[in-house]
Parts: sequence; C-alpha cells; structure tokens
Amino acid sequence: MGNSIAKVLRVSVVITLYAILIAAAVSCTSDKGTSEAESLIVYSGRSESLIAPLIADFEEVTGITVKVNYGSTGPLAATLLEEGKNTPADVFFAQDPGGLGAVEALLAELPSDILQSVPKWARDPESKWVGTSGRARVVVYNTDMLTEADLPDSIEDFAKPEWKGRIGWAPTNGSLHAMITAMRQEWGEDRTRDWLEGIVANEPKIYAKNTPTVAAAGSGEIEVGFVNHYYLHRFIAEEGESFAARNYYTRAADPGSVILVAGIGMFEESDNKETAERFIKFLLSASGQQYFSAQTYEFPLNDNAKPNSLLPAVEDITKPSIDLGDLIDLAGTQDLLREVGALP
Amino acid sequence: MLTVRQAGFAGRQGGCAGVTFSNVISTGWKTTDGKRPPAFLVASSAAVALAALIPVGYLLVRSAGAGTEWIDAIWRTSTAVIVGRTFLLIVLVTIISVAVAVPVAWLTVRSNIPLRKVLSVASVLPLVLPSFVMATTVIEMYSPRGVIQGWLSGLGVNELPEIYGLGGATLVLVLMTYPYVLLTVRGALRRMDPALEEAARAMGYGPVHTFRAVTLPMLRPAIAGGSLLVALYTLSDFGGVALLRYQTFTSTIMIHYELINRTLAAALSLALVIIAVMLLLGEGFTRGSGAYHRSTVGAVRSSRRVDLGRLRWLGAAAVGLPVLIGLVIPVGVLIHWLVRGLLNNQELIPLLIPARNSLFVSLLAAVVTVMAALPVAILAVRFRSRMSRLFERSIYIGFGLPGVVVALSLVFFGINVAHPLYQSIWMLVFAYGVLYLPASLGPLRSSLLQVSPRIEEAAQSLGRSQWRVIFSVTIPLVMPGALAGGAMVFLLTMKELPATLILSPIGYKTLSGSIWDAASDAFFAKTAAAALVLVLVAGVPTAYLTLRGHGDKSGVSDSSMKFGEASR
Repeated sequence: MGNSIAKVLRVSVVITLYAILIAAAVSCTSDKGTSEAESLIVYSGRSESLIAPLIADFEEVTGITVKVNYGSTGPLAATLLEEGKNTPADVFFAQDPGGLGAVEALLAELPSDILQSVPKWARDPESKWVGTSGRARVVVYNTDMLTEADLPDSIEDFAKPEWKGRIGWAPTNGSLHAMITAMRQEWGEDRTRDWLEGIVANEPKIYAKNTPTVAAAGSGEIEVGFVNHYYLHRFIAEEGESFAARNYYTRAADPGSVILVAGIGMFEESDNKETAERFIKFLLSASGQQYFSAQTYEFPLNDNAKPNSLLPAVEDITKPSIDLGDLIDLAGTQDLLREVGALP
Repeated sequence: MLTVRQAGFAGRQGGCAGVTFSNVISTGWKTTDGKRPPAFLVASSAAVALAALIPVGYLLVRSAGAGTEWIDAIWRTSTAVIVGRTFLLIVLVTIISVAVAVPVAWLTVRSNIPLRKVLSVASVLPLVLPSFVMATTVIEMYSPRGVIQGWLSGLGVNELPEIYGLGGATLVLVLMTYPYVLLTVRGALRRMDPALEEAARAMGYGPVHTFRAVTLPMLRPAIAGGSLLVALYTLSDFGGVALLRYQTFTSTIMIHYELINRTLAAALSLALVIIAVMLLLGEGFTRGSGAYHRSTVGAVRSSRRVDLGRLRWLGAAAVGLPVLIGLVIPVGVLIHWLVRGLLNNQELIPLLIPARNSLFVSLLAAVVTVMAALPVAILAVRFRSRMSRLFERSIYIGFGLPGVVVALSLVFFGINVAHPLYQSIWMLVFAYGVLYLPASLGPLRSSLLQVSPRIEEAAQSLGRSQWRVIFSVTIPLVMPGALAGGAMVFLLTMKELPATLILSPIGYKTLSGSIWDAASDAFFAKTAAAALVLVLVAGVPTAYLTLRGHGDKSGVSDSSMKFGEASR
C-alpha cells in the first residue's frame, strides 16, 4: 500500500520538476531573442491571419527579427496604458485611429517623409500616427431579398420607418463610431441625433461586431447591415461566390461610405526608432501597399500599388471629404449613442 | 433513519486526542474544534489569498481616479436592470447545469449504460470549447436562418424562433459549464462510501428514495462547489453573451474596455466584485457543515454498478443528448467550416508549435495551481475558522471577473512590482493560477471532506509532526481530488483567451490565441482547424483522467485495491 503513495508522490514530483526545467529552458531562449540589436516589437491590433505574411516579407528583406504581440485594439491600448513608458513595444499597429488616439501621449512624432507618403486625410494632424490601408464603410445587403436598386442613395434614408426590423448593426464597434463622428462633422449634432433616433426606432438587430453582422446578412437574418467593406470578401473567399450578400457603397456622398484607415505609430521611449521607421516605411512601400490591396482586400493609400479588381476604385466611391484628424471626438459620439440608448 | 448529519456525527465528535499541538488559540483562528493550524499552512494560504486579491487591489487603484463619473454611469446604464438580467441568467444556467450534470454523472459512474466510457469522456469535453466558438456554432445551427432552418425549409419553415437573448445565452452557457458540476459530482460519487446507500436499501428504501435521502445529500458539497463555478463563470463570460446579444454586467464592462474607458470599466468591475461576493455568500449558505467521510474503521468498497436493464439505452440517450448538442454538433460545424474552406482553397496555418505551447503551459498551470490551492483547501477543511474561510473565499473572486481585468491587473503588477517576471511564461502561469484556483479548490475540498481526519490523527498520535502528516498522509489521500482539480485547470487554461493574449511572452503562440486570431477576421477554415486540434489535444488527457481507476471492477469487493482508494 505504501508503495503506491510513494509512487504517486514520486511521479508528481518528477512531473513538476520536469515542467519547471522546460519552462526555464523556454524563458532562457526567449531572453536571448530579445537581446539582439536588430529586432522590433510590434503590438498589433490587426490579426496574425491578416498580416503575418507581410511581416515575414519584411523580415526576409531586412534581416530584422519582428516579434508581434497580437490582440484586440481596445485591450491592447488598455495594456499599453498600464505599461506606460515601460512598454517593451516599439510600434503599435492598430485596427483603427481610436486605439492610436488613446495612447497618443506615448507616441513619438513621425518624420515627414513617412507622413508625406499618404494623403493628408489619412494621417494624424498631430503627426503621431499614419494610416497604412483604407477601408470603406458600406451597407452589406442580402442578395436574395434585395438588389442594389432597392437601396436608397443615402445612408440617411435607413432611418425611415420602412426599414423597421430589417437592419443590423454593431453599436460598440469603433468603425461605426468613426462613421457617426463623420456624420456629426458633416451633418451637425441635431441631424445625426435624428438619424440615430430613427435607426434605434427601427429596432435594428444588435451584433457584437462586424463579422456576425455580415454572417447575418448572408443568412438573411437581416436585410442590410452597416459594416466595414472587407469582411464580405473574407466570407466569399471561405464560402464561394454563392455567399448571399454583397456590399453597397452609398451613391450619395455622405458619411455612409466614409473611408477609414488602419494605422500605426511608434513609441517615444523606443530604443529602436530607426528600425520602427523602416517597418512603417515598408508598410507604405509598393510591396506593403500591394499586399494590403491584394491579400486583405483593402484600399492602398498611395499610388505605389494596384487596386484590387474586386473593389471599386477609391476615386469612384462617392465619399465625403473628411480628414480622419477631424474624427477624434469619439467621446462625443459615445455620449450621443448613450443618449439615444444604443450604448449602455 | 440514516442521514448525512448523523453519519458524520461520530467523525465530528472524534475530537483531537492526538492534537495537543498548542494551547494558545487566537480568536480569528478559533477553529470549531479548537485545533490550531500549523504556521506554514497559514503562511502559504495567506500568500495564495493575497495573490488572488491582486485584481481587486488593482481595481481599487484604477477606479480611484474615476471621481463621480462612475456613479453617473451606474445611473445612466440602468444598472439595476442589467444586474437583474445577469442574476436571472446565472440562476437559470446554474439550475439547468445541475439538472443536466447530476444525472449524467450518476449514469456514467453508477450505471451500466452502453458506451459508458466514451460518453464519460465526451460529456466533459464541451468545457474545452472557447465561448465564442461555442456561441458561433450555436448561432450557425439554431439562428432564425441557421442550418436547422435550412433543413426544415422543405417543410415550409421560413424562420425559426429567435435564438438570441436569454434563451440562446442560457443554452451556450449551460453547454460550457455543466461539466464543472459533472466533474466535481463524478469525483464525489466515485469516492462515496457505498455502505450508506446499502444500509438505506437494506432498511427498505427504494432506489429513488435512497438517491434522494442518502446519495443526493452526500453530494451536496460537490454540487454546491460545482454550481459556484458555474455561477461565477456565467458572471464573467463575455464572448457567449455578446454574440447571443444578451446584455449582462460583464458585457457592459467589456464594452467600456472596447471603447477604452478603462477607469469607468474598472469602477464597474468593482461592482462586479460585489456581485461575486454575494454569490460566494449564497454558496456558503447551501454548503452546510456536515461531515462527509466515513466515521468508522474498515475499508470502503467501490460501489456496485446498477443494472438498468432495458432502461440503459434510455440512460445512454440522456447522457448522449448534452454530448450531441455540446460537442458533436459544434465539432460538426467546425468540420463543415474546415471542409468548405479547403474546397475554396483556403490556406491553413501550422499548428504544431501552438499545440505544444498550449499543452505545456496548461500542464504547468495545472500543477502550479493545484499546489497553490492545496494549503488553502487543507486549512479550510481541517482547520475551519473565520480566517480560513476568508482565505478560501477570497480566491474565488478572480474566477468571477472578466479575464481582461485579471490580465490588466497583472500587467499593472508586473510593470510596477514584479518586473523581471513580466512577459515571461511565469507571469502567464501566475495569471492562470489567479483565474483558476477555485476550479482546483473545489475538487480538493470535497476530496478532503471524504477523508476522515482520524487517519491523520492516528499518524500524529504515532509521533509524526503535523507537517509530515500533511505530506505523508493527507496529500496522498487527496490525490484523486488533485487530479480532478488539475484536469479542470488544464482544460480551462487550454481555452483561456484574454489573459493569454495580454500576458503571453511576445511571440508565444497558443491554440486559443490562434483560434481567436482566425475567428476575429472571419478565417473560418483556420478557426476550425485550430479548434479541432484543441479538442483533440485536450481530449487525450481528459480521457486518461476520466478512465483512470474507472475500469471494469464493477461490483468487485476486493482486497487488492489500492490504499488510496481503500481508505477514501
């Protein structure tokens, strides 16, 4: 009887020691990695699935090792705020300017050659971040229930009662907030509030984010949804052309088809600013822009790359003329959304 | 008449002939029977409890700057309604989980249903699916225009009733949480002394009456412990409720994190701590203070398995239903995604390294967490006092908080206090410990309750020190509980997401991270591949632990039984 106790104990002690040894080995190897001179630490709110091949290209071209901490833009920004000046990160590659704005105090000013390589509307007026690729706001619609001709010219018309029960949206989504901020710029507070009240009165179905909204438009759970344009192309890539939803870029030049960006900034405290700049320049170079255009179905931000044939040309989208720097008042938008009861 | 309380009476009364360890008893440490805990036990438990309270400390610091903004926020967000909705969900999920898990546990341990071993393993595995995967597959199947509606469209069904809201959220959470109750109850059933039930039967009770009057009361600590985990998990879940569009307190907090209002989020999280404390107090009432170990000398046989006769197929169906809905269908949806993506030339990613990392870090977390929970469990069961209860309760709080809060608190701790550990695998393991200590504490606790303190007292009266008794007698005897608790921590860690994303050493890839990464940008085939690997990788140790000591010795009362089992 005593033997089996001893055995159990022995086994568990061995397992523990073994685990500790391996862990020590793992942490040692990772320490060696970080002490190299030519390496870069990226906090990325963009997913590995989307950008890992691009980062591998950069590593191959430059010989620089890139380590990436992937996460959601919101929690990553919260992490960066906790880390403050002690952050190990050199750059923050964010899904939207909101995340970059939240950590703006930690960011360094970017050199003008980087800033100049994108149009003025796609960069921070304070020069702390720069857009890397464009994405349009669109109305995704179910093709079994609607054709593009059934859709109104302006996003404003979806607030009319005839759309009651037919709409889906993700009221916590940062890109939606950016669109509403653009509405406040273009239309003013009252008109935007009217629109929001109209939408809320139409009892839209609420989704957690863009992906389930597009899925719901595809299945016919909703007829239209307010989303970013590129998710649809992911669905078509996975499910084939039969996926029953398409994007509609509003015909009227209104905030319904405003173009937003994913963006990047580098940290003031980074010891690696030159490498960081090389990385940012790479993203804005021909090969970087070509990658976004071809692989992630986004709009290139300069003439270095060919636009994706699946997408309309940026020039053809009737978009409002808004600088993203004008869209910094996200807090005001959140207040407005709370006021109409769309946000807690 | 035979009741639990009476059965345990002798044990309680057994007193402390061998424990004349100390005459000095401080009031906070006054145990119910006047024993004084050894210092090393108190010190290690205190350290564990302090570590577990780091998130609360962080929330206090972070919300200190909130001013009165959060009071406005609480008014504005009709918090009372949201808290009410949260409690409603918790109550429903907990009751249904218990109602599903207790019969499944009994049928897989005590009856002769067909496919018993397979069903034993499969019925635990829904636990391992991350909540956003479970929720997405549920939506794909049962939503108004989902797969099921597609099958029924030939019959003229154009739309199914709404899955969104309370119903869908309850379904998803029950599927993910009933295994907590299942694992703890199954452990208790296996270790239970059959003599009590046999005595009841001998006195003329029918099987149903025996179950109600003897078995069920004996299972009370296991059910209460499992339910507490279910309730706290439901309180902390975000992915499931968000996708199923049911607003809870946690989803409200997470919205504020998404909108980067971290001060407000922290202040609201403090309110969540209060809800968790209320749940803990509630569980304290249901737990009771009876004794659950054998009070007389002699060895315990393993229980005889009940022959269900023709009903055994019905029994298998009853176990099969949650397995079908919680495992087979989600896995079917994942396979569908994978095949569909491959047919459309979607690329997959290599998963060997994430799988290896997940396996390694989860095993490490399981070992470390069980070791940390052990002193707290021994203190709480063997030296019952106000202080020991306080330690025990405080480690539950982390489980009720959203993972992001725990992770951010450890970022704060790592940057300001434990800098060398920051972004090392140890910080990650530490986070898993803070999150999942309660999952290992429950099984340890109920395992310990079933061991008579007299065995320890005997060892002590034979001259062993308290310290040595704990290592040479108590720990080997609670090994089954340690394994069950470790298994639960392992499975939970395999799927943990927010802390994994935030605290992993940079570039350290895990399976749950890969699943989330692919899912967040609608890479369905990649999501499916990683989730299927997760189920497989988690399935192997689950199978081993479930089937271990679970062989076909039904009805054999033998002398060759191992000591650890004989003396339970």
